[in-house]
Amino acid sequence: MSVQMRCKNVSLGYEDGIVTEGLEFTVSKGDYLCILGENGSGKSTLIKAILGLKAQVKGDIEWCGDTKKNEVGYLPQQTLVQRDFPASVREIVLSGCVAKSGLRPFYSKEEKALADSSMKRLGIDTLSKRCYRELSGGQQQRVLLARALCATSKILLLDEPVTGLDPKAQIDLYELIASLNKEGITIIMVSHDINTAIKYASHILHIGSRKQLFFGTREDYTKSMSGMEFLGTQEDENV
Amino acid sequence: MSESIEKLVSYFEFPFVRYAFIVGLLISLCASLLGVTLVLKRFSFIGDGLSHVAFGAMSLAATIPVMIKQAALALSRSGELSPGVQGVINFLGGLNDMVIVLPVTLLCAILLLRTGQNTRIKGDAAVAMLSVGALAIGYLLMNRFPSGANISGDVCSTLFGSTSILTLKPEDVTLCIIMAAVVIVVYILFYNKIFAVTFDENFTKATGVNAGGYNLLIAVVTALIIVLAMNLVGSLLISALIIFPALAAMRLFKSFKSVILCSAVISVVCAAFGIISSLLFSTPVGSTIVLADLLVFAAFSLISSLSRSKQ
Ligand SMILES: Nc1ncnc2c1ncn2[C@@H]1O[C@H](COP(=O)(O)OP(=O)(O)OP(=O)(O)O)[C@@H](O)[C@H]1O
Ligand SMILES: [Mg+2]
Repeated sequence: MSVQMRCKNVSLGYEDGIVTEGLEFTVSKGDYLCILGENGSGKSTLIKAILGLKAQVKGDIEWCGDTKKNEVGYLPQQTLVQRDFPASVREIVLSGCVAKSGLRPFYSKEEKALADSSMKRLGIDTLSKRCYRELSGGQQQRVLLARALCATSKILLLDEPVTGLDPKAQIDLYELIASLNKEGITIIMVSHDINTAIKYASHILHIGSRKQLFFGTREDYTKSMSGMEFLGTQEDENV
Repeated sequence: MSESIEKLVSYFEFPFVRYAFIVGLLISLCASLLGVTLVLKRFSFIGDGLSHVAFGAMSLAATIPVMIKQAALALSRSGELSPGVQGVINFLGGLNDMVIVLPVTLLCAILLLRTGQNTRIKGDAAVAMLSVGALAIGYLLMNRFPSGANISGDVCSTLFGSTSILTLKPEDVTLCIIMAAVVIVVYILFYNKIFAVTFDENFTKATGVNAGGYNLLIAVVTALIIVLAMNLVGSLLISALIIFPALAAMRLFKSFKSVILCSAVISVVCAAFGIISSLLFSTPVGSTIVLADLLVFAAFSLISSLSRSKQ
C-alpha cells in the first residue's frame, strides 16, 4: 500500500478564527476515506485545503509517490451558476480534460475518447447531447462525476455527493462510487450519513468541534467510543 | 422601397459609411463573444462599471491638452505660449485618445476583478464607487476644460456614441480591425479554457489550471471590447451590446457553443440592421442597434415561453 497523501498536524480556519486543528491522517492508494462531522465542523474547508483552493493555517498537506497535487478529480457541491448554465453534457464532461490539454487550444482525439468512455462508464452516454440544466439532480451528479473521471484516474474528492437525491438515486450513486473504488481509484468523500460510511468506506475521519475525534479503519471506528456516541445520537434523531 | 435602396447604395459610395459599417459589425461581434461568459459568471456589473471608467478616461484624454494650455498660460508672464509648450500640446492633441483610454480601462478592469473576487458586496460597492466617480470626474473635467464650444454635445456623443462612428479616419479603422482580430483570435484559442473557468472555477483551479490568469484574461479582453465599443454606441449603451445578444441566445439554445454562435449572429445582424436603418431614418446609430437587440431579445423570450407552455 503506497501512501498517496499525508496530512500533518493541519489547522484550518478563516480570517475570523480557527475552524479545526490538529488533523492528522494518511490516505493510501485504493483507500475509501469517509469524512464525517457535524455541520460547520470544517469538512468542506478540509476538502478545499486538500485541493489547494484554500491555504491551511498551519501544518502540511503532502502528496507522495506518483500522485501530484493536481491529479485529482473533484465533485463539488453544486453552485447556483451551474444550475442555469447552457451547456451540453458532453461539453461539461470534456471540460474535465482542461488541465491535461495544457496550452493546446483544442482537445485531442484521446481526450475526446476519454470523455466518451467515462460517460459510458457512468451510464450517461445516451444523454451526451442533452442540456445540463434540464437533467435531474441524479443525472447532473453523474455528469459531474464523469467530468471528474476525465481529470484523474487516481483520486476522487467528493463533497456530499448525494445531497438532494432521492433514496434510490442515493444508493445508485454510492454503488457507482464503490465500483470506481474497486477499480483502483482512491476515494475521499464527505458525508453526513454514518451508516453508508460504515457500509462502504475503508477508513473514517471524524472531525468534531475544533478537533479531530477519530482517524482509522472502519472496524476500529465501529468499536470506538465516538463512533458509538454518533451512532446513538443518529438513532435518537431517527426515532 | 427601391427609393430607399437607391439611397443606401449612394450612401455606401462614401468611404466613411463603409468604414462605419465594417467597424460596427466587428465591434458587435467581439462584444457578443464575451457576453455569455460575463452574464454567467455574474460579471456583467464589471462591464457596466468599466464603460463608465472609459467615459472618464475619454474626458481626461480630451481635456489634457486644454489643461496644459491653461496652466502654461497662467504661468507664463508674457501671456503667450512658448513654442515648446505649444509643441507638447499639439502632440498630445494629435495623439489618439486610445493611448489614454485603453491603459486606464485595463487597469480598472484588473482592479475590479480583484475586489470583486473577495466578497460579493464589497465588489459591488467598489464597482458602484468607481463607475459613478468616473462619471462625475469625467463630466467635471469636460465642463471645466472644454475642448470645444459645444460641451453638452461632446458629453452626449461620449455617452451615447451619436455620430462619432461616421467620422472615423482610416487609421481608426485599422486600429479597430487589429483589436477586433486580437479579441477573436484570443477567444478561439482559449475557448475551452474560458468554458471551463466559466462553468466551474473551483474545479478548474483544483485540477491545476491557472484560473486566476484566465479570469484576468477575461477582464482584459472585456476592457478591450469596451474601449472598442465606445466609438460605436457610446459608454452608456455598451452593456446592452454585450449582454442582450447573450441573454437572447440563452433563451433558446442549449449548448455553450450554439449559444456563443447564436449570440454572435444576433449581434452582427442587429448591428447591420441598426446601422442601415440609422442611415435611412437618420436616427442615432448606437440606440438603433440596441433597440434592434432588444427586439430580438423580446422575440426570443416569446418563442421560448411559447415552446415551454406547449410541452
Ligand atoms: N468563506 C468563509 N469565510 C469565513 N468562514 C467560513 C467560510 N466558509 C466557511 N466558514 C466557516 O467555517 C466553518 C466550517 O465550514 P465548512 O463549510 O467547512 O463546514 P462543513 O463541515 O462542510 O459543514 P456542512 O456539513 O454544513 O457542509 C463554519 O463555521 C463556517 O462558518
Ligand atoms: Mg460542507
